[in-house]
Amino acid sequence: MDLFEHQAKELFAEYGIPVPRGVVAHTAEEARAAAEQLTGRVVVKAQVKTGGRGKAGGVKVADDASDAHDKATQILGMDIKGHTVHKVLIEEASQIAEEYYFSFLLDRANRTFLAICSAAGGMDIEEVAHTAPEKVAKVPVNPIDGVDLAKAREIAQAGGLPEKALDGAAALVEKLWAVFVDEDATLVEVNPMILSADGQVKALDGKVTLDDNANFRQAEHAAYVDKAAEDPLEARAKEKHLNYVKLDGTVGIIGNGAGLVMSTLDVVAYAGEAFPGQPKPANFLDIGGGASAEVMANGLEIILSDPSVKSVFVNVFGGITACDAVANGIVSAFQLLESRGEAVTHPLVVRLDGNNAALGRQILADAALPRVELVDTMDDAAKRAAELAAVGA
Amino acid sequence: MAIWLTENSKIIVQGMTGGEGTKHTRRMLAAGAKVVGGVNARKAGTVHEGLPVFGTVKEAMEQTGADVSVVFVPPAFTKDAVKEAIDAEIPLCVVITEGVPVHDTTEFWAYAGAKGNKTRIIGPNCPGIASPGASNAGIIPADITTPGRVGLVSKSGTLTYQLMYELRDFGFSTCVGIGGDPVIGTTHIDALQAFQDDPDTEAIVMIGEIGGDAEERAAAYIEEHVTKPVVAYVAGFTAPEGKTMGHAGAIVSGSAGTAQAKKEALEKVGVRVGKTPSETARLMREIMQSR
Repeated sequence: MDLFEHQAKELFAEYGIPVPRGVVAHTAEEARAAAEQLTGRVVVKAQVKTGGRGKAGGVKVADDASDAHDKATQILGMDIKGHTVHKVLIEEASQIAEEYYFSFLLDRANRTFLAICSAAGGMDIEEVAHTAPEKVAKVPVNPIDGVDLAKAREIAQAGGLPEKALDGAAALVEKLWAVFVDEDATLVEVNPMILSADGQVKALDGKVTLDDNANFRQAEHAAYVDKAAEDPLEARAKEKHLNYVKLDGTVGIIGNGAGLVMSTLDVVAYAGEAFPGQPKPANFLDIGGGASAEVMANGLEIILSDPSVKSVFVNVFGGITACDAVANGIVSAFQLLESRGEAVTHPLVVRLDGNNAALGRQILADAALPRVELVDTMDDAAKRAAELAAVGA
Repeated sequence: MAIWLTENSKIIVQGMTGGEGTKHTRRMLAAGAKVVGGVNARKAGTVHEGLPVFGTVKEAMEQTGADVSVVFVPPAFTKDAVKEAIDAEIPLCVVITEGVPVHDTTEFWAYAGAKGNKTRIIGPNCPGIASPGASNAGIIPADITTPGRVGLVSKSGTLTYQLMYELRDFGFSTCVGIGGDPVIGTTHIDALQAFQDDPDTEAIVMIGEIGGDAEERAAAYIEEHVTKPVVAYVAGFTAPEGKTMGHAGAIVSGSAGTAQAKKEALEKVGVRVGKTPSETARLMREIMQSR
C-alpha cells in the first residue's frame, strides 16, 4: 500500500525526522484556515499517489491565506494521471539552499535492501541515474547489519553530499531506516531531502510503500487505507477475503491460483480480439486452491453485481481440490445465490480440468444449471466467454 | 534421477501438527514421499499421523537422518522456523507459507548467506517441489502427471499443475514451484542450472509472470549456459500497472516488470514462448516428439 505524502510525513515526524509544518485541507476554505494558522508563505500540494504532480501543476506557492484559498481552488479536483485530487497539503514554505535525493528500497534482484543517495535531488532520480549514473550512489544494506549513524553518514558521503549537510543527513537517514524496518516498508523515499538556508536537513517530500503481508503485526496501518479511492467492488471483495481486482472489461473471471487467473485474463483478452467490441476481462478473482462452495458463491456474487459484466468464465484446475468437489461447489453456489435472491442471470462458461475432471463435468451436466456451458479446454472456453460477452447475452 | 529431491530424500515437516501441515503430510505420504517426522517445540515427544514430533529441526535430523524440511508454520513464525532450519544446516528447506512479510524473507535469506549457504531455500509462497514417482515435498498434487524427462520451474502453483497435467504423457523429472513473492530463495536460474546439469532432464519448461526482472535475468543465463531446449510461458500481459495480481510479487511498476518485456527477452535468446499455457504445452510436445 502506498501512502499519501502527508501520511508519510506524519509517520516521519513520529520517528523524529524533521519535516515542514503542514495541515491537510479538503476544501479551499480549509486551505485558507490552514494558511492563516501557519502564517507567511505556504506551499499548496496536491495529495495524489502518483509522481509528476509538480509538472502537472499540482504544487503551487501561495503568498498568504487568501492566495492559498485560490491556489487550493485551482488544485482541488484536478486530474493528475488519472488520480483526482481530493485533498491538498498546506505547508510552510522552506528556504531551500540545496536539494538531495534519498531512499531505502527492496532490491528484488539481489534479495537485499538498497540505499540510494544523490546530491542531485529534486528531480526524477531514474532520469539522473540514466544520464549521470556517477551522481547516484547505490549502497546495498544487509538486513541483519542494518543502518547505524556511521553507516548513514557513509551512504550520504557516497551520494556526494557536502560536508556541511553530512551530520544532518546522517541523523535523518538513520531515522528513516527505523521507519523502513519498524513499519515494514518496501520503499521510503525523500525527494527532495533539503538543506535549508539555516543549515537544517529536512524531508520536503515523502513517499512510503508498506508491505501488506505485514498487516498482521502492523495493526495501525489499517488507518492508512484510502476508503474513498477504493473501488466499491474491491472493497466488498476484501470484506469477504477474496483476492479481487476490478478491471475495465465485460468478461467476469473466476479461477484458482494467482498465476492461472493472470493467464486466464490474457487468454480471454486474446480471444476477445476476434469478436465485435473486443471483449476484455472485467476482473481478476483468485478463489484459491480450496474453491469451496461458499467462496465460489461469494465470488460469483461479487462478479454478477458488476454492471459491466456480460458473461462469466469459471476456470478451475483441480489439483489439491479435485474437480468433483469444485463442481459440487458451483452447484451449491447457485443454490446459495438463489436463496439470497440473487439467481444467476448471466451466461457462465465453465472449464474444469485436472483431477476427476470427467466426474466434475458429469456433476455439472446432471445439475443442468441454467445458463451454464461446459467447455473442455481453457482456450476454447475463453473464446466462448468472449463471444457471449460480445453478443451481450 | 531428479534435481534436489529424490526417492531417498527424508522429509520432516515444520508445523506438521497444524491443519495444513496435517493435511499435506498425509498427501505427501500417500504420494510415496519418505516423510519421517515433524517439528513442534510444544508437542515434542508426541506422535502425529503415526510420525514422531521433535522439538527442533536439529533433533529431528539427528534422530531420523532427514535432509529436507517443509515449512507450513503461519507467517508470523516463518522467519524463526527457517532460521532454525538454516542453523541445523538441513540441505533443503521448502517454505510453503503464503503471506510472509518481505522484511522477514530478506532477513532469513541474508541469514542463510551469513551461515555459508548450506541450506537451499525454496519459496516462500510456493507449492514446493515434486519429483514424480520419487518424492514430493510440499503441496503439488502427485497424481496429475507421471515420471519423465521434462524439467519444470515456475512462479505459479496452478500453472505448474496445468502444464504437468497437459504433458503427463511425457512426464517430468522434477517440478519446482519457486513461488510468487518479491524475494524468494531458489530462482529460475538456480533451477535452470540444475536441470542443465541433470542427465535425466532433456528439456525445460519455465513459467514466469509479471513483476521484477527474474525472467530477463533467466534469459541472459540461458543464452550463456543452457544448451537443452527451453520453452517458456509468461502470465500477466493484460495486468494493469500498479496493481498486485494475487501474488505479492506480481506487480507491474511503471514500465518495469511487464510480461511483454519478459517474453521479448526470452525470445531474443531463442526460447519459444507460448501465448497460452496450452500452446506452451504444444511447443514442448513438439520438442519431445522430435527427439
